Amino acid sequence: MNSANSPLGKPLDRVDGPLKVTGKACYAAEAEVPGLLYGAVVSSSIARGRIKGIDAAAAEALPGVRLVLTHQNRPPVASYDEPYEDDDAADGSPFRPLYNDRVLYSGQPLALVVAETQALARHAASLVRIEYEVEAHQTDLQAAREQAHDAPAELPEPRGDFDSACAAAAKRVDCEYGTPVEHHNPMEPHASIVQYQPGGELLIHDKTQGVQNCQRYLEQVFDMQGKIRVLSPFVGGAFGSGLRPQYQLPLAVMAALKLKASVRVELTRQQMFTFGYRPRTFQQLKLAADGEGRLRAIEHKAIGQTSRFEDFTEHEVEWSGMLYACDNVRLGYRLAPLDVYTPLDMRAPGATIGVYALECAMDELAHEVGIDPLELRLRNYTDINGNEGKRYSSKELRACYQQGAERFGWSRRPAQPRSLRDGHQLVGMGMATGVWEAMQMPASARACLDADGRLLVTSATADIGTGTYTAMTQIAADAMGLSMAEVEFRLGDSSLPQAPLEGGSATVSSVGSAVQRACAGLRQKLLDAVQQSPASPFTGANLETVEFVDGQLRLKSGEHAVPLRDIVQVSGALEAEASVKPDEKRDAWATGTHSAVFVEVRVDEDLGTIKVSRVVSAIAAGRIVNPKTAGNQIVGGVVWGIGQALHEETLIDHRLGRYMNHNLAEYHIPVNADIPEIDVIFVEEHDEIVNDLGSKGVGEIGIVGVAAAVANAIYNATGKRVRDLPITLDKVL
Amino acid sequence: MTPFSYQRPERIDQAIALHGPQSRYIAGGTNLLDLMKENVLQPGQLIDINGLPLREIERTAEGGLRIGALVSNADLAWHPQIEQRYPLLSKAILAGASPQLRNMASTGGNLLQRTRCYYFYDTATPCNKREPGSGCSARDGRNRIHAILGASEHCAAVHPSDMCVALAALDARVHVEGTHGKRRLELVDFHRLPGDQPQQDNVLIEGELITAIELPVEGFASHCAYLKVRDRASYAFALVSVAAALEMDGDIIRRGRIALGGVAHKPWRLEEAEELLNGKRAEPECFAAAADRLLQGAQPLADNAFKIDLARRAIVRALTEAAGGTVR
Repeated sequence: MNSANSPLGKPLDRVDGPLKVTGKACYAAEAEVPGLLYGAVVSSSIARGRIKGIDAAAAEALPGVRLVLTHQNRPPVASYDEPYEDDDAADGSPFRPLYNDRVLYSGQPLALVVAETQALARHAASLVRIEYEVEAHQTDLQAAREQAHDAPAELPEPRGDFDSACAAAAKRVDCEYGTPVEHHNPMEPHASIVQYQPGGELLIHDKTQGVQNCQRYLEQVFDMQGKIRVLSPFVGGAFGSGLRPQYQLPLAVMAALKLKASVRVELTRQQMFTFGYRPRTFQQLKLAADGEGRLRAIEHKAIGQTSRFEDFTEHEVEWSGMLYACDNVRLGYRLAPLDVYTPLDMRAPGATIGVYALECAMDELAHEVGIDPLELRLRNYTDINGNEGKRYSSKELRACYQQGAERFGWSRRPAQPRSLRDGHQLVGMGMATGVWEAMQMPASARACLDADGRLLVTSATADIGTGTYTAMTQIAADAMGLSMAEVEFRLGDSSLPQAPLEGGSATVSSVGSAVQRACAGLRQKLLDAVQQSPASPFTGANLETVEFVDGQLRLKSGEHAVPLRDIVQVSGALEAEASVKPDEKRDAWATGTHSAVFVEVRVDEDLGTIKVSRVVSAIAAGRIVNPKTAGNQIVGGVVWGIGQALHEETLIDHRLGRYMNHNLAEYHIPVNADIPEIDVIFVEEHDEIVNDLGSKGVGEIGIVGVAAAVANAIYNATGKRVRDLPITLDKVL
Repeated sequence: MTPFSYQRPERIDQAIALHGPQSRYIAGGTNLLDLMKENVLQPGQLIDINGLPLREIERTAEGGLRIGALVSNADLAWHPQIEQRYPLLSKAILAGASPQLRNMASTGGNLLQRTRCYYFYDTATPCNKREPGSGCSARDGRNRIHAILGASEHCAAVHPSDMCVALAALDARVHVEGTHGKRRLELVDFHRLPGDQPQQDNVLIEGELITAIELPVEGFASHCAYLKVRDRASYAFALVSVAAALEMDGDIIRRGRIALGGVAHKPWRLEEAEELLNGKRAEPECFAAAADRLLQGAQPLADNAFKIDLARRAIVRALTEAAGGTVR
């Protein structure tokens, strides 16, 4: 509808904000359940081998300990791979907790101690002794590069002739970039409460990005069709860590089934380092250009780590074939299996590391050609996605460059590295381009106007802090001409209409479209209802000749209006449900979100300490439903990008095959003191192809390119290229 | 965490009498509780000393200050006498931890912080400090944050405190009390090098309780600096930290002190290095000479060689800042 009073596009506060700041929002581990028992996970201390024996006698002897669950006494579970394959499963054979005596990685859950208090469970878990038959392990990607195989990814075929174009080019760069393992570490640890119902059904409170994904997984693994309902109304951050059912969930179910009791399993912070993560990668970038910087050839080859049981793939190198105009492109992606857990999608999976490498290489090329890095991007600008040979449905990246550069003052960047100084500090400026997909997935929603005129809209999606509650409320309020206060949106319940995983920046596009469509159905029902009366002034009207504004249904001619409340008082509650798939018109187009990131750093010339002092991020993501929550997403992405550039790395001791800095004191993320003002610009971008809303989603785009912009700024400040993240002070000294 | 008994005595002698081989005193608990949750420490008894009368900051007869062991790090850092007379101590404390931790952590407990060596905290790995005789995983493992000075084949851990680095530079003393009576120790002698007994962080004997820290009259208030170099701007332990304190006569150094953190099992001081400052003009060459002497014999491990050069640069920077006058 989008009238003047429409909340769509307004920077509204989060509708769930008061619940969160007053502590009333109930997270997975907080549900109050009578007779609850508590589980504590016993994790493996070796990276590969076999369990020879588990001595749980000391734990079992403690009063209040109810169960020590192992592979030997767990309830029956499915024995084929398919039941374990969730919506975000990688190719291969999914990990099965407590399945057999195999130890596949350090930190693997090997037992669950269930007791009457959390403290007792954890103490008892510390008394469980596991005897191993240790086997040699390999956790080092560098050492295993030769064992890599082609990733099962659908890469674009090579186009043109890379080798001859590269050989003939006037300017070339050929660099390798390394990125470390990172763990998601949302503030809320993963937790599940399995509430055992009198009839044996399970009501489950879980931390997840997809309640229906978890429901299906459990129904299949435990052969419990129709007996499981999963709730996840609030999620304290996830960033991808909740895309797959994590192991605490099946463990809690096993214990509940075994004991016929309600059980909670909450992971410790240390155990948050014992499942998915961003993989370590090495990426080789070869760029070739003519003397003016026009790209003649691009090769991007990546090697990533994966587990021995699944091939984790992400879109890592594709960006190099789509971001700039280039006729000769060759992409490669290989995986090396290690004795580790399978990596997992993390904030802009693939792009965060792939675009980092591409955009650093572009900076190196600009230096090689001798032109401004922004000018290099403009000379290679394209409105066509070269991988697909399709024009973008919209691409206002040029506006991002222009507005971002102006706000940042890019023209003041010193062309010569190490030439701007302020006391002991070397000052540098860098920029990078960001890109992400604009996906849409099938989704459903139901809209119900009750007899009091209040609208309830539901869908089994999630709000992982992204603002789903607020954005969906805005979309529904707009569609029905109601105020925000008259609309409630519910999510995080597997019994609600189907929704995809909340991931990939696709929730507004997917679920938002379903909400819009459900509301359209409801508008028709309301119109039908007023037309029931023979003398209705709306006789002969249709949805084109009426409008829904200010809580009323009225003729556009202005002659008649009736409050929606009056209609449902007569008709009773009205309801409409809609399922929406991506429109076929999308097929002819490429779709994506874009950004331009500008960063200033200050590097202490003696001590190597690096401070990011300014950031401007200009974003083109279609229509922004809520600039405030969308701005939050971008700021959060930029903060993480700074962390990716300067701080984050899960350190592994390859002799032990074990992560060593598995706590938030030693695993560094940026603190407030590391973060400057972050200036976010949403450029105007009109798109009639992506979906009816014209909205592309902003969850991922904020982080993409940031690490490259920081690295490029550090080069500009110091004259030193550091090609292995994170850029800690010892690397720039 | 393993079960433990809990007592809260109100007198020092009661606390000491309660102490046995399985006991730990607890004050702020900012480190001890973490270690207990990780099963690194499994005390059978906690003696909560928060009821003891150790919260005063008083003038000593000779004109220094006596700081009760239970004064919180935050109260100490912001105490007017400390800010005015011992700004070096105030700056060092505020460079450490976070406001929440400083509100809880006690002065005595700060001295007793355990190392942040990754292996010490992970009971699945060998560590001589945690489990004597099991081996040192850090020596050939991830050792970017480890010691370059005074380490042994048995342990390469560093002491994590910032406060203690300033106390070392200030010639502070530690008052302790145990079943054998009271002792007064120089802070520089309080912590020990790992040698073949890395499980011993310090020279306290069983049951001894820190009751106070004593600061001498001289606080180097007009020319001091605390420089902490770390991997992020706050809430990170020092890769290298420097407490620099100078007594100046015009641009001539009458007396200088340098203490290093993040490089050894204890705050690192060396009189021979400080003597190279005395009577000299405050300039980079003189500072560099002192730094070189202080770092003489430094032995890097695989990942931490950068610390030697970094420490040298940090010392020169800190002394330069101190010579320019304390930044208030």
